[in-house]
Amino acid sequence: MTIAVIDYGMGNLHSVAKALEHVTHENVTITRDPRAIRGASRLVLPGQGAIRDCMGELERTELRGLVSELLDEQAKPLLGICVGQQMLFERSEENGGVDCLGFLPGRVRHFGRGLLSTDGERLKVPHMGWNRVVQRHAHPLWDGIEDGARFYFVHSYYVEAGLEGDIFGATDYAGVDAHVVTGRGTVFAVQFHPEKSARDGLQLLENFVNWAP
Amino acid sequence: MTLAKRIIPCLDVDAGRVVKGVNFLGIRDAGDPVEIAKRYNQQGADEITFLDITASHEDRDTTVEMVERIAGEVFIPLTVGGGIRRCEDIRTMLNAGADKVSINTAAVTNPDFVREAAERFGSQCIVVAIDAKRVSGDDEAPRWEIFTHGGRRPTGLDAVEWARKMVAYGAGELLLTSMDRDGTKAGFDIGVTRAISDAVEVPVIASGGVGNLDHLVAGVREGGADAVLAASIFHFGEYTIPDAKRYMAEHGLEMRL
Repeated sequence: MTIAVIDYGMGNLHSVAKALEHVTHENVTITRDPRAIRGASRLVLPGQGAIRDCMGELERTELRGLVSELLDEQAKPLLGICVGQQMLFERSEENGGVDCLGFLPGRVRHFGRGLLSTDGERLKVPHMGWNRVVQRHAHPLWDGIEDGARFYFVHSYYVEAGLEGDIFGATDYAGVDAHVVTGRGTVFAVQFHPEKSARDGLQLLENFVNWAP
Repeated sequence: MTLAKRIIPCLDVDAGRVVKGVNFLGIRDAGDPVEIAKRYNQQGADEITFLDITASHEDRDTTVEMVERIAGEVFIPLTVGGGIRRCEDIRTMLNAGADKVSINTAAVTNPDFVREAAERFGSQCIVVAIDAKRVSGDDEAPRWEIFTHGGRRPTGLDAVEWARKMVAYGAGELLLTSMDRDGTKAGFDIGVTRAISDAVEVPVIASGGVGNLDHLVAGVREGGADAVLAASIFHFGEYTIPDAKRYMAEHGLEMRL
């Protein structure tokens, strides 16, 4: 049993690997070797920074085709995190428009500038910090996590999923209904950082490790 | 509005030991950054900032080891500051498990470093630390300048302009310390906090001068800060993190309780 954190060159993968090691005795590996990725029992698709760079690096490391195949095969659980969630959708408006993996219908949008809350408070972008996630549909990865629990976010773009059935959790920011938890079949993806979200984040990772879709 | 305001305890670490002292009931070693970080994590801190004030270069390895140990046990965001001068320093800290680095003096001496760092690692992990000091007289319109070397060396840079510039260069967050207030327990400098918070789109962490819980409330409410950083009020057990969070929540602020 090996959990592979897919390393296509974007971002800090050590945090997520350390958090997984904290909740499981299974082997956790950070890898870009296609055979190791294929052979793993579970996959984590992380992502940080600009989506154009993430998609570009996935292409350059020749992992794009493999990741798409694995998504379509639905043979093993995959957890997308942050830009790793956004990449699953059709297109992002970041960087002037970037085509993504298109595993799920929907797009990735910017929060906008000069946002105000209902009480007139200025809202910052990136959306950074601990926000509530409302659970839209039941899912085994929500086991032991309260509806409305807070998770740690850092992002300026958010997912607007095309199908209600793909949305497992949402967060309100600046009146925007951000679809921060999405998935289908063996795929579950979150905008927030479970590896940095204290107890509830670790619970979600543990649920992922135990998930048998 | 459900995004919580953050409370960030800060550990000043010299050669692998927390200085300024920390008093926790039941803690075996009040100088070990790992034990102290764990304790703050248990108390519900929203993030932890680790400020390396080590003078000698040799002790930097100790810092990396400390960051590794904290990151292996504490699963909330960890920012490491102090001595971040080159992209290699950032790489080293991120590899050790830091989530963000805080750049201070190097941003002043070489602003392009911030741009390079943000391009290479992403704005989300680049915090620029701004040490500001009021330079205008009481009867003048308020003006603050950037100071380096613990507030001793003026740079002539206007703090608000500098904040805007650092965000334009890619800073994802600003850590604003009032050098007039740091260590005074007289409260944040609300004027500079508000001026900078209104000037930039990115989150601002207020720091310097916290002496009681009303100061934390004022930093957010009047200063417009998104997060508050404090050391001594938590270290000496005057207040716990839950005390501070409850108090801020009672004053109408959204907190992660």
